[in-house]
Amino acid sequence: MAEVALHQVVKKFGEVEAVRAIDLDIPDNEFVVLVGPSGCGKSTTLRMIAGLEEVTSGNISIGGEVVNDLPPKDRDIAMVFQNYALYPHMTAYENMSFGLKLRKFSKDEIRQRVEHAARILDITELLDRRPKALSGGQRQRVAMGRAIVRNPKVFLFDEPLSNLDAKLRVQMRTEIKRVHQKVKTTTVYVTHDQVEAMTLADRVVVMNQGRIEQIGTPHELYHHPRTRFVAGFIGSPAMNFIPCRLEQVGSGLRARFSDAIALPVPSDREARYQSVVGKEMVLGLRPEHITEPRHNGRADGCDFDVTLDVVEPMGMETMVFFTLNGTEICGRVEPNSAGDAGAKMRLRANVDHMHLIDPASGAVI
Amino acid sequence: MSAVSVASVPNRPAAARASLKRGRRWALFASYFFLILFAIFFLTPPYYMIITSLKTDAEMAHMATNPWFIFNGVTLDQYKLLLFGTDFLIFFKNTVIVTVCVVAITMVVSVLAAFALSRMRFWGSTVMATGIFLTYLIPDTLLFIPMFQIVKSIGLLNSYWGMVLVYPTLTVPFCTWIMIGYFQSIPRELDEAALIDGAGHIQMLWRIFIPVALPGIIAATIFAFTVSWAAFVYPMTFLYSADQQVLTVGTVTSLIKADVYKWGMLMAGALVAAAPPLVIYAFLMDYYIAGLTAGATKG
Amino acid sequence: MVDLVQQFRGSVTQRPAVAPRSGLHRLMRKRSTIAFLMCLPLISIVVGLIIYPAIYAIYLSTLNRSQTKFLGLGNFTYLLTRDTFIMVIEQSVIFALSAVFFKATIGLITAHLVNNLPDKGQRKWRGMLLVPWVIPLALSTLGWWWLFDPTHSAFNWTLTGLGFGEVPWLSNPYWARFCVILVNVWYGAPFFLIMYLAALKSVPEQLYEAAAIDGANAWQKFVHITLPMMRNIIAITVLFSLIVTFANFDIVQIMTAGGPRNMTHVFATYAFLSGIKSGDIPLGASISLFMFPILAISAIFILRGVNKRGREI
Repeated sequence: MAEVALHQVVKKFGEVEAVRAIDLDIPDNEFVVLVGPSGCGKSTTLRMIAGLEEVTSGNISIGGEVVNDLPPKDRDIAMVFQNYALYPHMTAYENMSFGLKLRKFSKDEIRQRVEHAARILDITELLDRRPKALSGGQRQRVAMGRAIVRNPKVFLFDEPLSNLDAKLRVQMRTEIKRVHQKVKTTTVYVTHDQVEAMTLADRVVVMNQGRIEQIGTPHELYHHPRTRFVAGFIGSPAMNFIPCRLEQVGSGLRARFSDAIALPVPSDREARYQSVVGKEMVLGLRPEHITEPRHNGRADGCDFDVTLDVVEPMGMETMVFFTLNGTEICGRVEPNSAGDAGAKMRLRANVDHMHLIDPASGAVI
Repeated sequence: MSAVSVASVPNRPAAARASLKRGRRWALFASYFFLILFAIFFLTPPYYMIITSLKTDAEMAHMATNPWFIFNGVTLDQYKLLLFGTDFLIFFKNTVIVTVCVVAITMVVSVLAAFALSRMRFWGSTVMATGIFLTYLIPDTLLFIPMFQIVKSIGLLNSYWGMVLVYPTLTVPFCTWIMIGYFQSIPRELDEAALIDGAGHIQMLWRIFIPVALPGIIAATIFAFTVSWAAFVYPMTFLYSADQQVLTVGTVTSLIKADVYKWGMLMAGALVAAAPPLVIYAFLMDYYIAGLTAGATKG
Repeated sequence: MVDLVQQFRGSVTQRPAVAPRSGLHRLMRKRSTIAFLMCLPLISIVVGLIIYPAIYAIYLSTLNRSQTKFLGLGNFTYLLTRDTFIMVIEQSVIFALSAVFFKATIGLITAHLVNNLPDKGQRKWRGMLLVPWVIPLALSTLGWWWLFDPTHSAFNWTLTGLGFGEVPWLSNPYWARFCVILVNVWYGAPFFLIMYLAALKSVPEQLYEAAAIDGANAWQKFVHITLPMMRNIIAITVLFSLIVTFANFDIVQIMTAGGPRNMTHVFATYAFLSGIKSGDIPLGASISLFMFPILAISAIFILRGVNKRGREI
C-alpha cells in the first residue's frame, strides 16, 4: 500500500527543464536508489516526491493516492538530509519526537517510538545530547531516527552520506541497509556515488540530464547497461571505450582497433551485430576484462601487446594504463605481473564481456 | 602584528632568537603602555562622574583640594537627594514604560518581517530588504521637525506615548536587518525538515527559527533597548512637562534648577540613568557587540 | 515494529484518491500572502513614520513661517544668504570630518593594540574601552560638561597645577569647537575599535604566516594584507560614522546649545533652535533637509560596500 509511482513527471525551473517526463514505479518496501551526476535531476525528483518542489506536470502518487497537491506533512513521508538538518536547539530525543509532537501523539506513544528507534540505531545513550555534541555518524543516526519514529509510508534520503569521511561512509552504508532490513519501508535514496547505489539498492535508477537512462538491479546495470552513459557511470574504474570498426572476417566478426589489433567477436553475438558490420562503432570493455593472459577465457586472437604508460599498484591488484588507437585504456592485472611504466606487456581481452555501442545514439547494441 | 613571526627563520642562532623574543616582549609592553593611555582617555569622564556623585557639596565648592579624589569622606547624600528630592523616579518610570513597549513592538515587528523576507519570497521582497537598510541610515535629526507636526496632530505631544509611537522608527529597521541576516544563516534544510515534520509557518517561526536564532534575537533586543533608553532628540522636542519626561532629557534639563548646578546630584542622576545599559553590557557583552558589528555585514 | 506500523497506519484517516488540482499552488500563493501580512507592521512603520514624514518635511520646507503661503525654494535661498547658516554649514563640515578622522584613527590604533595582546586579556580590554559607547550620549556629555565647567573644571585644576594657564573651554568659540569634537571622538572611537577588531579577527591567520614566509615585516603585513582585507569594513564604518556625526545633536545641544556666538551649531541644533525653539517649523525643516544630500551619498556607498562584503563572506 505504500508503493510510489511517478507518471510523466516534469519539473521546469523557469525555462530550464530539470526533470523531463520521467516514469517510475516503486513497489512496496523496495529500496530504490536514484543515481547520476550532479544536475541530472535526481534531487529534484526526490524533492518532488517529498512535496518540497511543485510538480510542473505529471502525477506523483504514494500508496495509490495522487499527492501532487498535498503539502509535505500530509504525504506521510520522512526525509533524511545531506547535512542532517537536525534542529540545533533540541536534544536528539526532542529532534526525533518533534514531528510526533506536532501530530499530537501522546507522550507515552512518543517515548515508546523514540526508544524503539533508538534501540534499532543504537543511540539510546545519546538521546539527551544536542546535535553539537554528536559526531557526524551519530548525527546521521539521529536524523534516521527522526525518520523512523514517524513510521512513514516512504523514506526519502537525499545524499545522506556525502558529509561523512570515507571510512564512516562505508560503515553508515551498511547501517542503512541493516535498518532497511529491520524496518521494511519503501525507500527512495539519492546519491551521486555509484558504489553507494550498487551496494544499497534493490533497484537502481540511473538519471542523466533530467531523464532516466536505465532502471534495473545492480547486477543488470553492471552487466547489461543499455546506454553508453550507464556503462560508463556504473563501475569503478570506469569502462574503457575504444573506437573500432566491425569487420566480417571469414565466417566470424572482428572488432578492429588498428591495423595491428583486432579482437574476435564471440560467435553467439554475431547475429546481434549483423546490422552494424562495416560501421564505426565503440567497443566497451571493463578494466577487469583486460588482464594478463590466464588459462581461463578464450585465447585465440584475443591477446595483444602494448607499452604501459602508467602503472598503479593497488595492493590486491594493479591497474595498468596504455594507449590504443589514441584512447587511454585501463587494464587490471595481478600485482606481480606488470612491469614498470614504459615496459612492454602482453594483455588479453575477455571479449565475452564486451559491449558494442553505437556512437551516434549512445545505445548499447 | 608588530611581533615578528618566527616561522620564516627556523634555524637562527640562539642570540638572534633571543632578540626576536625580546622584540616581541617590547611590542607587548608598548601595546600595554598605549592601551593604558587610551583607557585613561576613555574612562576619565565616567570616573570623574562617579567621584563627583560621592562628594559632599562643601568639598566641591572648596576648590583647593584635588578634584580627582575624595578627601572629605564618601557620601550618598547626592543619591538621596536625587531619588527623594527630585522628579528623577518619575523620569525613570516613564523611561522604563517607553523602553519596554518599544522593545516589545520592535521585536514583534522585526522578527515577523525578517522571517517573511528571509524565507518567503514575494513580490518586492528583495527591494524591501534593501529599503529597510536605507531607512536605518536616516537619522532622527532629519525627521524630527515633521515628526513634531505629526505627533502634535495626533495629540500625543508632551506624552511619553508619543515616544512609544516614534522610537520604533529608530529601532525597527536595524533590528529587521540583523534578524534577516541571522535567519538567512539558518540552513534551508531545517525548514524543509520542519515542513516534513508537519510544522506550519507560525510553528516554524516559533519553534525553530526563534530558538535557533536566539543569539540574534538577544542582540537585536539589546540594540532596541539601548537605542530607546538613550534617545534624546525626540523627547527633547516632544516632551516638556516633568510628569511625562524621560531620563536622558530629564536629567540634562529638569534637574538643573535655575542657575544653581547641583553637580553632585546631576552626576548621580547621569550614573543611575546610565546604569541599565551598562549592566546589560556587562552581562551580555558578546551579544551587545554582535549586534553592533552586524550592521556592516549581511548577517 | 510491524504491528507498530499497522497501528500507525490505522490511525491515518483515508484521503480522497485524488486531491483537488493546484492545492499546492494555492498553498504557495497563500504563503506569499502570509509573508506580506507578516511584513505589514514593518511596512506601515516605514511608510507612516519614515517615508511620510520625509515627504512632509519637503512640503513643510516650501511654506512660510505661519504655514499659510507657498514659498517654493524660498527658505533654502533665504538660509544661504544668512551668515549664521553659512557658519553652521562650515562648522558641521569641520565637526563631522575632523571627528570622523580622529575616531577612525584612534579606533584603528586601539584595535591593533588590543589585537596584539594575548587572547585572554583581549576581552577585558575590549570591554573596558567600549564603555564610552555604552553610556547614553546625553548623560556622558553631561559628565564632560562638568569636566569643562568654568569655575570647577577639573582639567583646569590639573593644568594650573602643572603650571599652565586655565583654558576657557566652552566660553571661547574655538575652544568650544574643540570640545564638542573631542567629546564626539571620545564617544565614537570605541565603535570603530569594535568594528576593526572584528575585521582583524576575520583575516585568516594563514595569510600572515604565508607573508612571514615570503619575508614580509610587520609594516608590510599591515599594508599588503591587513589594509586590503579591511578596506571594505573601514569604508562602511567611516561612511556610517559620517552620517551619524553629521546628524549629531546631543553633544552640541547639551554642552553649548550652539554658542558661543552660534559658532558651535551643527545642522541638527540649528534646526532645533529655528524650528522648535523659535517656532519657525518650515525653516527648521529646511535646515534639516540640508543634511539629506550628504547622507544619501554616504548611504549609497555604504549599501554598495555592505553588499560587496555580503558576497565576500
